[in-house]
Amino acid sequence: MSPLSAGRIGALMLRHGYLLRSSWPRLLDMIYWPTVQMLTWGFITLSLPLPEGVAGQGLGVLLGAALLWDVLLRAQLGTSMSFLEEMYARNLGHLLASPLRPIELLIAIACVGLLRTLAGMVPTSLLAIWFFGFSVYDMGLALAGFFGALVLMGWAIALFISGLVMRVGMGAEALAWGFVFAIAPLSAVFYPVSVLPPALQVVAWGLPSAHVFEGMRQLLLTGTVDGAAIGLAFALDALYLALGIFAFLRFHDGARDKGRLLQTGE
Amino acid sequence: MAPHPTFAGVDRLWHDAPVPPSPRPILEIEHLSKRFGAVEAVRDVSFSIAAGAITGLLGGNGAGKTTSIAMILGLVKPSAGTIRVDGRELAREPVAVKAMMNFSSPYVDLPHRLTVTENLTVFARLYGVAAPRRRIAALAADLDLEGLLDRPVGRLSAGQKTRVALAKALINEPKLLLLDEPTASLDPDTADWVRRYLTDYQRRSGAAILLASHNMAEVERLCADVVMMRAGRIVDHDTPAGLLARYGRDTLEDVFLDIARDRRKGKPS
Repeated sequence: MSPLSAGRIGALMLRHGYLLRSSWPRLLDMIYWPTVQMLTWGFITLSLPLPEGVAGQGLGVLLGAALLWDVLLRAQLGTSMSFLEEMYARNLGHLLASPLRPIELLIAIACVGLLRTLAGMVPTSLLAIWFFGFSVYDMGLALAGFFGALVLMGWAIALFISGLVMRVGMGAEALAWGFVFAIAPLSAVFYPVSVLPPALQVVAWGLPSAHVFEGMRQLLLTGTVDGAAIGLAFALDALYLALGIFAFLRFHDGARDKGRLLQTGE
Repeated sequence: MAPHPTFAGVDRLWHDAPVPPSPRPILEIEHLSKRFGAVEAVRDVSFSIAAGAITGLLGGNGAGKTTSIAMILGLVKPSAGTIRVDGRELAREPVAVKAMMNFSSPYVDLPHRLTVTENLTVFARLYGVAAPRRRIAALAADLDLEGLLDRPVGRLSAGQKTRVALAKALINEPKLLLLDEPTASLDPDTADWVRRYLTDYQRRSGAAILLASHNMAEVERLCADVVMMRAGRIVDHDTPAGLLARYGRDTLEDVFLDIARDRRKGKPS
C-alpha cells in the first residue's frame, strides 16, 4: 500500500485555503455564529438574578459551556462543510480520480475543519474577555484537553456524515447541519448529567461531550481538574473516531460500487 | 470571441519530433464487468490501447462508455475483470496507476471560485508535479490561458473552461488521457480547435488517448482505432476504415446506426 502523502494532503488543504480567501461570506460565517452565541449567553447570564458571590461563577459556567459547545459544533460543521464544498463544486470525481487516497481526503478535511474551528473560536474567545471579562484561557491546560476531546468528537460525527452523503447523495446533507443538535440535550452542556432521567444518563455517559462539560463545570466551580473525565472523553473519542473513519471508508467503497462518485447530486 | 490560438507553443512542452505509436499496450482491460443491481452496465469487456494511439469508444446512451471510463479512473468499482496501465494493475497499485492518467468529463467541474492558476496549482500538487509553476506557465502558453490565469473558473466562457479542463487533464503529462465527450456543448469553431489540439498533443507527446464521443466525424478524424459498444458489450473493434469497409458504409455515423439498431454488416434486420 502506498504511504500517506503530506504533499497531497497539503494540496487539498491549499484548495480550501484558496476557497476561503476568495469568499468573505465564508470567512464571516466562521466567526459570526460563535460570536452571536457567545453574546446571547453572556447577556442571558447577566440578566439572571444570581447572588452577588456566585454571579461570576455562573457567568463562567454558562459562557464557558457556550464557547466549548461551539468548539464541537464548529469542528463538526467545519469538517463536514469542507467535504460538502467538493460536492457542491462537483469536484469529488476529479479528486478521487487523482492519486489522492480516501484516507488522505479524510485527513485533509479534518485538518481544514480544525483550522476553521480555530479561526472562529479564537476571535470569539477574545471578544468574551472584552465584553464580559471572562477568559476561557483561565482554564489552563485543561482547556487544551476539553478542546481536543470536542474536536475529535466533531471529526468523528463529520466523517460519518460526509461518508453518508458520499454514499447516498446530497439528500443526506441536512444531517450535516442538524445532527449535532440532536445530541446537545444528552451532552449536558448547560446542566449536570444528573438532571437527566436515569436511562438517558447512561446514554449521556457514553458521549465524550458529557464528560467534557462535567469536567469544565467541576473546574470552574471547584477549581479542580478531573483528569479521569478528560481521559474517559479521549477514550470514547478514540472509539468514535475509529468508527467514523471506518464508516467513511466503507461508505466510499459503497459509493464506488454504486457509481455515486461521478454523480454527486441527490 | 478571440481567435483560437495556434499550437506554436507545444514545442515548449513536448518533443520536437512526433512520437510514433508503439505496439506496447499502455491500457489493458480484461473481462471487465459492472453490475448495478439488476442492470449489467458493462459485460465482459476486453480491449487494449497501444502507447501513443488515439482510440475511440463509441456507443449510444447507456452503452457503457462512461461506466467503463469511470472504472478505468478508479471511480467505479468493477464487478469483475482487471485494468492495467503500463503493466500495473489499478486494483493493486491505485496511487501509482492514477498518477499515470488524467481525464476530462462533463460529469465533473473544476471549483468555480478558484482562479485558473489556483486550480492548476492544486492539481499539480495532487499529481506530484515536480515544478508546478513552470508546468502551469508552459500549459498556459500552449493553451492560450495566459490572460485567464487570475480569473475564477466560474467566470470563463464554455470554450475557455474547456481549455482549462484540458490544462488540468495534461498537468501531470499523463501516459493515458481519458476524454469523455470533450467537445460536447462547444461551438463548431471551438470544437475544431480542441480536435486539432488533441491530435497535435498526441503526435508530440506520445500519450495514448481514449476518447468517448457521440460525434462520429470527430472519431473518424482523430482515432486510429474504434471500440463500438452496445448494451454494455463490445460489439465491434477495428480501424475506422476497417469498420466502413466491413459494414459497407460511407460514414462512421451509418456504421454507428447499424450497430445501435442491431443491423449486421450494413444489412437491415
